[in-house]
Amino acid sequence: MTAPKYHTKFGSLAHFEKGGVQSITDDVKHYAFSNCFDIASRARPFEKIVFGQNQIYVLETIRAEGNSPWYTCAHDEFALCMDGEVEIHLIQLDADQQVRDQTKNGAVLVIGEPRGQPMGWMKIRRGHQAMLPRNSAYQFRAAQPAVLIQQTCKGELSIERWADICQTA
Amino acid sequence: MNAVVEFVNVLASKPDAVSGYKSFTLGSFTFCRDEYFAHVSWTTRSGKPMSHTLDAGNFLRALMRDVAWGFFYGWVNFDAVIGTVNRYESVDLYAGSYNGTMKEAEIDLLENFPTAQIRATFEQMLDDWTNEGFDPFAAPQETGSAHGRKRGNNTAKVTRARELAKRCVGLKGDLAMRSDTSGAPINRAFADVPQEAPELHPEPGFENDVHAFNLFAFLSRSQVTWNPSFTSVVKYSFMCPTTEEHILPIIHGNDRVEWFFQMCDEIHWDCGDKNTGKPLARVIMKAGDMAAMPAYCRHQGFSPKRSMLLVWENGSPTLAYEIQNGKSPEIPVQF
Repeated sequence: MTAPKYHTKFGSLAHFEKGGVQSITDDVKHYAFSNCFDIASRARPFEKIVFGQNQIYVLETIRAEGNSPWYTCAHDEFALCMDGEVEIHLIQLDADQQVRDQTKNGAVLVIGEPRGQPMGWMKIRRGHQAMLPRNSAYQFRAAQPAVLIQQTCKGELSIERWADICQTA
Repeated sequence: MNAVVEFVNVLASKPDAVSGYKSFTLGSFTFCRDEYFAHVSWTTRSGKPMSHTLDAGNFLRALMRDVAWGFFYGWVNFDAVIGTVNRYESVDLYAGSYNGTMKEAEIDLLENFPTAQIRATFEQMLDDWTNEGFDPFAAPQETGSAHGRKRGNNTAKVTRARELAKRCVGLKGDLAMRSDTSGAPINRAFADVPQEAPELHPEPGFENDVHAFNLFAFLSRSQVTWNPSFTSVVKYSFMCPTTEEHILPIIHGNDRVEWFFQMCDEIHWDCGDKNTGKPLARVIMKAGDMAAMPAYCRHQGFSPKRSMLLVWENGSPTLAYEIQNGKSPEIPVQF
């Protein structure tokens, strides 16, 4: 008899199961336990919700739905798609629209329409990770709700609502 | 400039007449193995002989990670008794020092060694004690037995280089995608993982800037378990995804907060106090779950099916010292 094949379990906005912290003697809040699909299911489109933080660095959950604003950042960022399908459009931003302080952390909104040479675009699906090159302008476009995880630094657009997203007891 | 060549004197015996394995001495510690077990012995501070025994396969799996990870961040506990602490220019080797009972009984021993010395000793021990057909990085179902008398070696499998992207996997000049032709077929447990590449539509001249890759396909082709790679880098923020199956062969003690993002399937974690091993919590992680391991804990994972885990590390060279000095917290966030 042939053994059943393995089934790899992914989560999605439509269906996810959360695990959890089972405390023995510790405070469960010290584990900052959350779930990206749970966060995205309760988020507004393109809120950058911090769900991992280590000093200046963060991982953010983003519910991609419709067209995002145009963003730019002085350092590289990366976006990992965990559910759905997202287009990312890129423009090589003119110098006067780039982040003036090149040591500034995190993404900012491009002021006005982005100006510069179109770099191209890409379409990512579950499991695909895209680079958002420093000093480019980028826009997410998702026809249906999707979930992105963004690797970046904490910036002025980062939202922290730990008590709402994390297991507390 | 020519590279500096370090000559390190490794203290090894001649091969045992029966088992065929060499014994090794490092400071006050002696390591020897027989057909089934690795034995570590030392003399306590009061002069009493003390020893500890581990299954040879489990010992080699732990030793493999310690060597391959350059002693990693903080504590690499081989089990509840022996392990190493990375001091970054040197390494502590201990027996019982982070076991509450043994410490209290004052039968523990900790000695510090220059990194080159302990690395060279561990590398030679790993090579000598690993038989042909046994791969310490492989899942138990995917490799032969570590047991028995010495028969050949498996040097190629115990000297794999860590796969570390400098900016992002797949960029020109950076870590390449895995493929059948690079010797990385899709693992049996990930045969259902979609392999299609992202759609890329770069304008001329931007071929290396408009970039994405299939991370899950990359991971589905991992030939090893519990061995994080770097796949994308933002300053000192390292995405270190890895594929996990069976038990993490070490119990990692943190010297910084470490984050885990479970990308598929599930892992169960045992968390304990890093100084004593006292149990603190269990963390059950399923697809999409995120959890932090506080800097005061040690943790060991159990993955019933091969799964994809994103280990997210802050690789700042000053972070461990900032935690020691109280400038950076032991917990990930306060709320």
